[in-house]
Amino acid sequence: MSTGEALQTYVLETLNKDNVIENTKDLNNADGQPIEQLTLLGALNSLKSKDMVDFTFIDREVWFLTEEGEQVAAQGSHEARVFDLIPSGDEGMTIADVQAKLGEIAKVGQGKAFKNKWISKKGGNLVRLVDTIVDQTQSDLQQIQKQGGHSDAKLLTDLKKRKLADKQKLTSYRVTKGSEFALEIKKEATDITYEMLQTGEWKNASFKKYNFDAVGVPPTGGHLHPLMKVRQEFREIFFEMGFEEMPTNCFAESSFWNFDALFQPQQHPARDAHDTFFLKDPATTDRFPRDLMEKIRVTHETGGDTGSIGYNYTWKEEDAGKMLLRTHTTAVSSYMLYKLAEKTKAQGAFKPAKYFSIDRVFRNESVDATHLAEFHQIEGVIADKNLTLGDLIGFMDVFFKKMGMDKIRFKPTYNPYTEPSMEIFSYHEGLKKWVEIGNSGMFRPEMLQPLGLPSDVRVIAWGLGLERPTMVKYDISNIRDLLGHKVNIAMIKEYPVCRLDKKMGKELVGLSKDD
Amino acid sequence: MPTVNIDKQRLFEALERDYTTEEFNELCFRFGIELEEDSSEDTSANAPERPVLKIDVPANRYDLLCEEGMAAALRVFEGKAKPPVYRVVPPADGKLQQLIVKPETAQIRPFVVGAILRGVNFNEARYNSFIDLQDKLHNNICRKRTLASMGTHDLDTIQGPFTYEALAPELIKFTPLNQTKEMDGRELMEFYDADRNLGKFLHIIRDSPVYPVIYDANRTVCSLPPIINSDHSKIQLTTKNVFIEITATDEHKVNTVLNTLVAMFSRYCDEPFTIEPVEVVYPDGTVKVTPNLDPRDASAKVDYINSCTGLELQPNDICALLNKMCLDASVDTKDTNQINVKVPVTRWDILHACDIMEDVAISYGYDNLPRQMPGVNTVASALPLNKMSDHARRELALAGFTEVAPLILCSHDENFKFLNREDDNKTAIKLANPKTVEYQVVRTSLLPGVLKTVSWNKKLPLPIKVFEVSDIGLKDESRERRARNERHVCVTYSAKTSGFEIVHGILDRLMTMFSTSKVSKDSNELGYWIEAADLPTFFPGRSANIYLRYIDAANEQKVENIGAFGVLHPSVLASFELPYPTTALEFNLEPFV
Repeated sequence: MSTGEALQTYVLETLNKDNVIENTKDLNNADGQPIEQLTLLGALNSLKSKDMVDFTFIDREVWFLTEEGEQVAAQGSHEARVFDLIPSGDEGMTIADVQAKLGEIAKVGQGKAFKNKWISKKGGNLVRLVDTIVDQTQSDLQQIQKQGGHSDAKLLTDLKKRKLADKQKLTSYRVTKGSEFALEIKKEATDITYEMLQTGEWKNASFKKYNFDAVGVPPTGGHLHPLMKVRQEFREIFFEMGFEEMPTNCFAESSFWNFDALFQPQQHPARDAHDTFFLKDPATTDRFPRDLMEKIRVTHETGGDTGSIGYNYTWKEEDAGKMLLRTHTTAVSSYMLYKLAEKTKAQGAFKPAKYFSIDRVFRNESVDATHLAEFHQIEGVIADKNLTLGDLIGFMDVFFKKMGMDKIRFKPTYNPYTEPSMEIFSYHEGLKKWVEIGNSGMFRPEMLQPLGLPSDVRVIAWGLGLERPTMVKYDISNIRDLLGHKVNIAMIKEYPVCRLDKKMGKELVGLSKDD
Repeated sequence: MPTVNIDKQRLFEALERDYTTEEFNELCFRFGIELEEDSSEDTSANAPERPVLKIDVPANRYDLLCEEGMAAALRVFEGKAKPPVYRVVPPADGKLQQLIVKPETAQIRPFVVGAILRGVNFNEARYNSFIDLQDKLHNNICRKRTLASMGTHDLDTIQGPFTYEALAPELIKFTPLNQTKEMDGRELMEFYDADRNLGKFLHIIRDSPVYPVIYDANRTVCSLPPIINSDHSKIQLTTKNVFIEITATDEHKVNTVLNTLVAMFSRYCDEPFTIEPVEVVYPDGTVKVTPNLDPRDASAKVDYINSCTGLELQPNDICALLNKMCLDASVDTKDTNQINVKVPVTRWDILHACDIMEDVAISYGYDNLPRQMPGVNTVASALPLNKMSDHARRELALAGFTEVAPLILCSHDENFKFLNREDDNKTAIKLANPKTVEYQVVRTSLLPGVLKTVSWNKKLPLPIKVFEVSDIGLKDESRERRARNERHVCVTYSAKTSGFEIVHGILDRLMTMFSTSKVSKDSNELGYWIEAADLPTFFPGRSANIYLRYIDAANEQKVENIGAFGVLHPSVLASFELPYPTTALEFNLEPFV
């Protein structure tokens, strides 16, 4: 049968005649050949989609011959062919001749013929031991070929071991009439076309059922990086809360702004070369504001007029002049607060400010699954008169609620430029414990007063990393799979949109899937 | 953050209470320390016999670096005790031990202090803690012995007055601690060169013409600071009288270290919390008696504390809260708005009234502070450059390209040689001390990172279309930091064919989206044009420069070569191990802001 349509008609006609097709394996086409079951399945599916027929599967095991088995069935077993080749009589035939005539089967055939005591060796020649033989293997195989099996299971196993026969699973079908059974097949449209709309044909057309289990065609198109998607979410939280974005677009920074302006003493361990990337070129700068530098020097050494006793050491300008790659974006915050103080002086009045940034910082760290030499820091700063710790905590409550974290609390900690310093913890329902998520505090007066801010101005600030929440959100265990060139671009395409406040199966901190 | 190992049973005994893990965690949380590990939860075979608590301590609290200090601070915090009062008590005959400083020491390690603990009662735990605290102090405040280093001696094996000298290494001969062979300064340097513990301290004095040394009255070497003590005067479990000497390059730190050490261990003296002073005589005749254990007078205003914490505490309440933090506080007799605090020598972290304010807040409990939303009204705004970048990123993603995020740091070769570019030494910011060759320069082009990302992903189906919008770094002598960033756009297309016209199309598309028209080079109109170029990064005849005529921030008309695009040169592809023809576009986004 040449077309699927013809096959469908044949099935319908057979059903019309017999009411049921018990097993389609017995179905032959017009020229008496068995119908290919796979082709038939296509026809049956098509008919079933129109409810014209129904069918069930019939699975059966069928033995078939391997290529070698086919050969044996046709030409005889290797041993029989060896026997047949050797003439009767004492003369026999040389092994070399047998080899030359039969090729590679000669060796196996000889062995088997010896074992069956059909032939033996006389001198250098092979001679017959019996006059006639029965080639049982050949007849067994011919039977399997004809019947698709054999009554002797042990024989089948043996033939399979000899790689002469093997079994396969064949599926055929039992077909019955469906609710819409008819002899005529109504033509079905697969899609709604322009022509149909123009001609109005869609009104009469019968449409093929859509397979809703199939997968849609994936769209082509571009994709944003997961880290940037999470960054966007944080940016929006800041914008919702009235924050101005800081210009963090300078990776190179002086020790002065990165450390000294933050009241970080010059012998502080963070200033060690093994934590910080110092620069070879440009190696130093002395261009920071000189009057500010003098105030900072005095504050470090003796506290100056800030009410502090200072760190009691000799401050060195050369240490402040060392260029580095910023280790935190707080270097920019200190500069912004200096600018704010200058503006306050120029305008004669202080205006409150809220700043934020999300940008890259650098640490001279050994790289592992959770540490890279570069990562993104999220930082927020609020400057106003007489801010309190209650403001800091209250603000953090709102900020982190927007990230989907309802339960946060604060732990005392140490940081050279904030006092009080508070680590922010969020309760993890999955781990059943408090997990550190960020750091916060009130900038020290020894940092703010040299910058020139009025003494009643207090500044609260907090920071957290961008990578960790992203890794938790997208279930990434190695930071190198997220940032850097060893990312899988195919994965970038798979990461879903980020809504920090929504639980998406894997929550930042909160209920995990298993709960 | 230093970690301290504390014997759980002894600590709980000191606190007069058995805490559950949860309760103890909670105490740590409120006090500002962190329980890292409780070995009683360790069920493995190598768990220590007596349960040990591993506790992280804030980097400025040297008074918590040993079991004695931790127990004392927590006892006071939990209201079980009052803070101890340390007393400097001279010997009965009034004659102090002397430490005489020789002028030569000025060139290597100019300061020294001393103190004596009389009638100390060591046992194994106390002795180990004494050694361990010295180790912790050496590693933290002493900055690996560079700022200060201490030696402790059995006073009954040596005899004062002591001298602190600086001599040529060959002239110093003694048997170092736990050794049997006498050696001189040079031999000692060789002997300890490969030593895992001491090797790292040798550099502090190795190349100096003179080494610091402390002798007793009989010319017995006590120690060779900052390396090692002599075996002769070593302390043991049976030692009763301990002579402590600390040499330093920083006079403030050396006193902090001495005070911490004697404050923690004077509790084991026959007369607890008493310390016998030592007289240090400098060459100019200055005499300093150490240690000075007088508390420092500090103060904080009541209204300042209340204003910062958002509380309305009475002066007496504040004093009670501070007492729990080991701070002896009282209301000023003349000014009830002032709290006077006697800061013990162990609390050197108190620099300013804000530190006192913090202790009030901790003592009150951060959890108990009233919460409020600050009423700070401000207007939100994005950095214009970032806003522009986000527009460019969205347009590129809409155009079918995928965003990548490589690192900013790269190797010198990746930034120059691999791109067939020369280093003119005027452009790139270079690192002085990177840990690996992967990080040698701040990239001056987005190409190395993007190409490395494509190379890492070369097994993906073609075409591979990626972009990055991010900063490069440049030296810039006109800036305070002598450097600046520049925001770049980079796009690459890799496939079986070069895709040159596709990348060209992306450029045109972005320009349309930036409302920038294509103009003729010779006109005076604002806009962009491209010109064929011969750039070594690209295949000959397959690259172009991009020019922009625009009005800059100073309101002046400018023409600038903002970037280029082209089919990458096969040698560039080979350097980045890219098998496919690749076209790349990179330009400076900043003129469009």
